[in-house]
Amino acid sequence: MTDATPSTNTAEGQKFSYDVVVLGAGGSGLRAAIAAHESGAKTAIVCKSLLGKAHTVMAEGGLAAAMGNVWKEDNWKVHFRDTMRGGKLLNHWRMAQLHAQEAPDRVYELEQWGALFDRTKDGLISQRDFGGHRYARLAHVGDRTGLEMIRTLQQRVVELGIDVFMETTITSLLKDGDRISGAFGYRRETGGFVTFEAPAVVLATGGIGKSWKVTSNSWEYTGDGHALALRAGATLVNMEFVQFHPTGMVWPPSVRGILVTEGVRGDGGVLKNSEGKRFMFDYIPEFFKAETADTIEEADGWYEDKTNNRRPPELLPRDEVARAINAEIKAGRGTPHGGIYLDIASRRSPEYIRKRLPSMYHQFKELAEVDITAEPMEIGPTCHYVMGGVEVDPDSAASLVPGLYAAGEVAGGMHGANRLGGNSLGDLLVFGKRAGDYAAAYASSLSNRPTITDSDLAEARNEALRPFADAGAAAENPYAMQAELQQIMNDTVALIRTASEMETALTSIEALKERLPNVRAGGDRHYNPGWHLALDLRNMLTVSEAVACAALERKESRGGHTRDDYPATDPEWGKVNIIVSLNERGSVALKHQPLPEMPAELAELLEAK
Amino acid sequence: MSYDLTLRIWRGDEDGGEFQDYTVEVDEGEVVLDAVHHVQAQHAGDLAVRWNCKAGKCGSCSAEINGRPRLMCLARLSTFPQDEPITITPMRGFPVMKDLVTDVSYNYEKARQVPAFSPKAEQPQAPFVMQQVDVERSQEFRKCIECFLCQDTCHVIRDHEENKAEFAGPRFFLRYAELSMHPNDGLDRRKLVQEERGLGLCNITKCCTEVCPEGIHITDNAIIPMKERVADVKYDPLTWLGSKIRRRTPADS
Repeated sequence: MTDATPSTNTAEGQKFSYDVVVLGAGGSGLRAAIAAHESGAKTAIVCKSLLGKAHTVMAEGGLAAAMGNVWKEDNWKVHFRDTMRGGKLLNHWRMAQLHAQEAPDRVYELEQWGALFDRTKDGLISQRDFGGHRYARLAHVGDRTGLEMIRTLQQRVVELGIDVFMETTITSLLKDGDRISGAFGYRRETGGFVTFEAPAVVLATGGIGKSWKVTSNSWEYTGDGHALALRAGATLVNMEFVQFHPTGMVWPPSVRGILVTEGVRGDGGVLKNSEGKRFMFDYIPEFFKAETADTIEEADGWYEDKTNNRRPPELLPRDEVARAINAEIKAGRGTPHGGIYLDIASRRSPEYIRKRLPSMYHQFKELAEVDITAEPMEIGPTCHYVMGGVEVDPDSAASLVPGLYAAGEVAGGMHGANRLGGNSLGDLLVFGKRAGDYAAAYASSLSNRPTITDSDLAEARNEALRPFADAGAAAENPYAMQAELQQIMNDTVALIRTASEMETALTSIEALKERLPNVRAGGDRHYNPGWHLALDLRNMLTVSEAVACAALERKESRGGHTRDDYPATDPEWGKVNIIVSLNERGSVALKHQPLPEMPAELAELLEAK
Repeated sequence: MSYDLTLRIWRGDEDGGEFQDYTVEVDEGEVVLDAVHHVQAQHAGDLAVRWNCKAGKCGSCSAEINGRPRLMCLARLSTFPQDEPITITPMRGFPVMKDLVTDVSYNYEKARQVPAFSPKAEQPQAPFVMQQVDVERSQEFRKCIECFLCQDTCHVIRDHEENKAEFAGPRFFLRYAELSMHPNDGLDRRKLVQEERGLGLCNITKCCTEVCPEGIHITDNAIIPMKERVADVKYDPLTWLGSKIRRRTPADS
């Protein structure tokens, strides 16, 4: 969707020149592009799918922002506290602070651009309950909030006339000395190469979940931005923390992993085992005891009266709930298809359920022939989100590489060891805008623009074309290798981890890396998914190695990282981030880095009741 | 529970193509998109197909299954006979790029022509105060996942490429209706949608509504009310009457 004319257009590919190029067209990419454009930068968006299809579209429950529309007691300080505690205090405090402070304005902005959120009785934006949030805080549209958000941003991008290169994949970032000079990739329709000359590149590429077999993530989530950043010399932080959402579908097998929104629990749904027991009361951790209801009466009273009741244990942060579900299934109290029951049918009226959770109703009816207004859902943990990502400066979203920015899921730090539901959509907007603003300011501040050389391009081209070289009998099928990797990660670097399994994973990943040069795409360059996957695999392997290495290194359990061999949370590890970089051989290297020091006035907020 | 299923998939590009049969083992609970993925993984790695969420939320995997425009991710294999091939062709309403992938840029061009949301002068700056009952009508239309099946099936353009230039199609009539019914939108697009976007070409056969995977009542709730609103601006009997009846002035008597 661009009328942009290339500055050169040869057999070797097209070349375009921009001030800011944004990779990814989900919430953070679109918001970054809008910000860069409004700052006066010549801006382009490059995305792997069609505009409006990015993963944000699948976000369901809502967008956390302390607007105080439903509970006037709510404010950014409470949101900050909830976010830090949900992240087991490993979050970058400054990111959590900026997020909590700026999220309301980012929501109002969406409304200004035409978004239609559900309303309160007073006609304000309604807010719903979610896990780990003290007050009902999530702006939402039924359970299709992500769709509303992406459509609003997409329509704004179209209104502003920002160039969008759809179905275009970036395979290499280019550098001039230390600085970013652009990006190289190919356009799916033609298979032709494309080069973007740009001093500033914003990574908004989302997550990494496609390296696991059971995941709520789409084919796009291959860790491209994480891997591009590493190869460009940037660092990643918190990669050991991968969120397994407690409630993914488990049946039928073809939909295993598809997300079931936390909104089901926020709106009154409860978890039950095969004995019909509401088991979450057995799994309240010490850390959250003071703020969690310990009787059914109190838990049920909370939905209407938050002053005199504490939060139901079903609404503990996701890491806690996922572990509890896992433990119940392991203890033999799972459902026939290996899940746990999520029951809202016996607790709310069919009208209420259809009104509040229309997509869930539709999804279960269409895909599983289950009527969620009449029977419980079967659910189980699914790989959903990576807390880890590019290490960035909190205010500017800048990575360690000049000209390279990152926002949204591909950036690390904001969510610490575990992300609260609803904090992702706010993250996309708050840091998307910041990345766009700062990338534009950086580009305009340069007196001499970095340049791209022919030898840079030749190297990038050769790398991208390798899947078409003749490999003879050694040729590997990219689909088969992807399935192998997904099985490895699912079996060994999942919700519950041990050293021996992760060592096995690393050995297996190393073996796949050796076979990677033999992966071949059949057919030609014209819209070829096999070629695409062959190139994705390099990113998937790099990122999988980063997760496994960091997870093996962190010898404690915290948030989205649970070690069977180190079940306790260790205060010493609570002072350290693990930083990932790539060494000259292309392998993962780790470094311990002390957590940034939190100002005393913010630290006090964490203790507040 | 598994069985062998034959898929008859159209393969080719803008220069032409042909059907190819692939037989793959499929499992209980699978959908057509799963079977297509098996074909990709086992037989044809370069088979072009769009998909993302695989849960009916993104609208990427539109195609025609046994001639019917549908999302492949919501087409359950259990609803098809096991012993007959399932035929899959790209959407006919758009030019083929390759295999099951079509060039849907028509829709993005029509999107660019829609004058954006523009708040009313009385309430220019968010946060807006709007009642749930007032936002609900537009919310139904914003459920649209842009699968473009309604555009594909609409007979005004399905086999009439020549109409595309002046016809926005059901997806964008939905968008115009959404903006028109937005409680805080202040821009009147009625003449535009009638005179330049081809609303009048729609003769409400409801084909679009029938194929909508989101169950949006495109014809009844969006297109027909838009036609009524347009009629108001074109010919409103009250306005007409008002223009004929002047207040009496002293000169009249």
